[in-house]
Amino acid sequence: MRPAVSESRRAGGREPRGPGRGTLRGREARTGLALISPTVVLVLVLVVLPILWTVVLAFQDLKLIRLRTDGLFGNFTFENFADVFGSPGFWESLVTTLVYACGGTAASIGLGLVAALALRRGFRGRTLVRASLLLPYVAPVVAATFVWGVMLNPQFGIVNELGTGLLGWDEPIPFLSERPTALITVIVFEMWRSFPFAFLFLTARLQAAPATLEEAARVDGATPTQVFRHIVWPQLLPTIAVLALLRFIWTFNNFDDIYLLTGGGAGTEVISVRVFDFLVSRGDVGAASAQALVLSAVLMVLVTVYYRFAAKDEVA
Amino acid sequence: MTGIATVPAESSATSGTQRSGSPAGRRWSRTTVETRVLGVLRWVVIAGLLLFTLFPFYYMVLLSFRDLSSLLQDPGRLWPTLSELTVSTYRDVLAPTESGGQGFLRFMATSGLVAIGTVAVTLAFAVLGSYALARLRFPGHRRISVMFLAVYLFPSILLAVPLFIFFTRVGLRGALPALVLVYVSQTVAVAIYMLRNYFQTVPVSIEEAAAVDGADRFTIMRRITLPLAMPAILSNALFVFMIAWNEFLFALLFLVEDRSRWTVSLGLSQLAGSIEIPTTVLMAGSVILTVPIVVLFLATERLLTGGLTAGAEKG
Repeated sequence: MRPAVSESRRAGGREPRGPGRGTLRGREARTGLALISPTVVLVLVLVVLPILWTVVLAFQDLKLIRLRTDGLFGNFTFENFADVFGSPGFWESLVTTLVYACGGTAASIGLGLVAALALRRGFRGRTLVRASLLLPYVAPVVAATFVWGVMLNPQFGIVNELGTGLLGWDEPIPFLSERPTALITVIVFEMWRSFPFAFLFLTARLQAAPATLEEAARVDGATPTQVFRHIVWPQLLPTIAVLALLRFIWTFNNFDDIYLLTGGGAGTEVISVRVFDFLVSRGDVGAASAQALVLSAVLMVLVTVYYRFAAKDEVA
Repeated sequence: MTGIATVPAESSATSGTQRSGSPAGRRWSRTTVETRVLGVLRWVVIAGLLLFTLFPFYYMVLLSFRDLSSLLQDPGRLWPTLSELTVSTYRDVLAPTESGGQGFLRFMATSGLVAIGTVAVTLAFAVLGSYALARLRFPGHRRISVMFLAVYLFPSILLAVPLFIFFTRVGLRGALPALVLVYVSQTVAVAIYMLRNYFQTVPVSIEEAAAVDGADRFTIMRRITLPLAMPAILSNALFVFMIAWNEFLFALLFLVEDRSRWTVSLGLSQLAGSIEIPTTVLMAGSVILTVPIVVLFLATERLLTGGLTAGAEKG
């Protein structure tokens, strides 16, 4: 407790509201800052600074092979943006990203809502069913994409085997290597993988909904669908809006799933896969940064919207 | 009410059995129909959902025990026969490369090391930070919370370029501690967020009582707050472990050049394209990758789902 005395005196000088209150407040503030600052430094150094640095990199002509010799500040240019915006691949990729993000978001929330409603009333084994439905969300993405890839394999995958054998398909469908099925497939995969998240959120919201409202409606003669339409749905809507925003943010920037399923081929090259490609395969750091910056800009807008609408009292 | 006039036709069948005849009775029957249809539909949906979510996992386990040649002969069979069951796939995938295997045992050691390291460092940062955010008032409190939220929402692909360049430049890109540090920076925001929510549910009055009895801040933390928060800290540790174990992008960026440093995720993704390695052997690899996570998850499901949806009620 020794250093606290001098600290509190200094802090007391800053706080004009009275020495006793100021002392405690000042000590509290010092402890708080001491406890939080390691994390703040870590996040600043490894997340915030790198993001800012991306801005600098986007205006530089920097190639991976010259990385060890070139200075890290220099060769400034606007060419990266001219190249990126000038190439048709970028715009096509932006459209793909939007389709993927919208489709994946809608599909996963839709299925999550269906699941939450179906599991709303209790039954024997509900806990087990609920846990099982969460598995796609927690399973390692590499294992999940690998199994899906094998399942959808045209030579010996089970889906094509059943499709040609039982459903009478004329020939196996190359799910992951043909337009436009590949994009649909990755959206379905995104639905499979992310619906548990929506399911969890909506289940929690449904549990918080007061039962009396629905009982009253039922007593007044409303049918189950009417109860859903007029009582449950309006209560879920704000949650669904927040979910849609969150899922869109994450799906829009999703890299792992598409990279592992198709490698970005067959019309599924989303921007995040393009960023990786420019960085690692082509070694064009500047162009990769410029495209990452476009992603960041979109993201910044979305995060601001999220903060405004959903997270204000969350953070305070 | 106009609703009575528009009772749908299909309700006449049930109203016939009810014989009440009054408008109130007919309206009740529409409810009956809907309730019955939805009651059946509900079980169909639950069965369908279970099939949809669990089938890939079943298929994974099934293929990992099947012999490759019998799989190619009869790919449509969904249950194994006793004669073709084999565990040689697991032997192949686990054995080190020197003895003809794929070296997954080594990958597992790397993954485990990285994940445990990430958990330890993240918790050290997060316990202190979340306590401060939950309990103490200090300048910049709000700004820091907003920053953590933004970090939580920012996806890793945006960090890929600068971190790749930075660690290449300083020559630490292949080093496991560098990867651990990156993972910590990715998980610490979520961890703080989850722990802070928990700390806020612990009554302050307990700590105040201890303070009145003369305990200082750190004694209070060590003797009172931390033991109370142990369940949350534990579930947090498991959550961070799962993130680090599953992570793919940074493992790919940092470790891909040196096979001896591959994690399980990276190893499986790199070997998946190869023609020489039988699919069933790699399937055994995915089972090995998935099982620790599923076991951890099922053991802590209740704790974790509480954390994942924290704040959903407010939405």
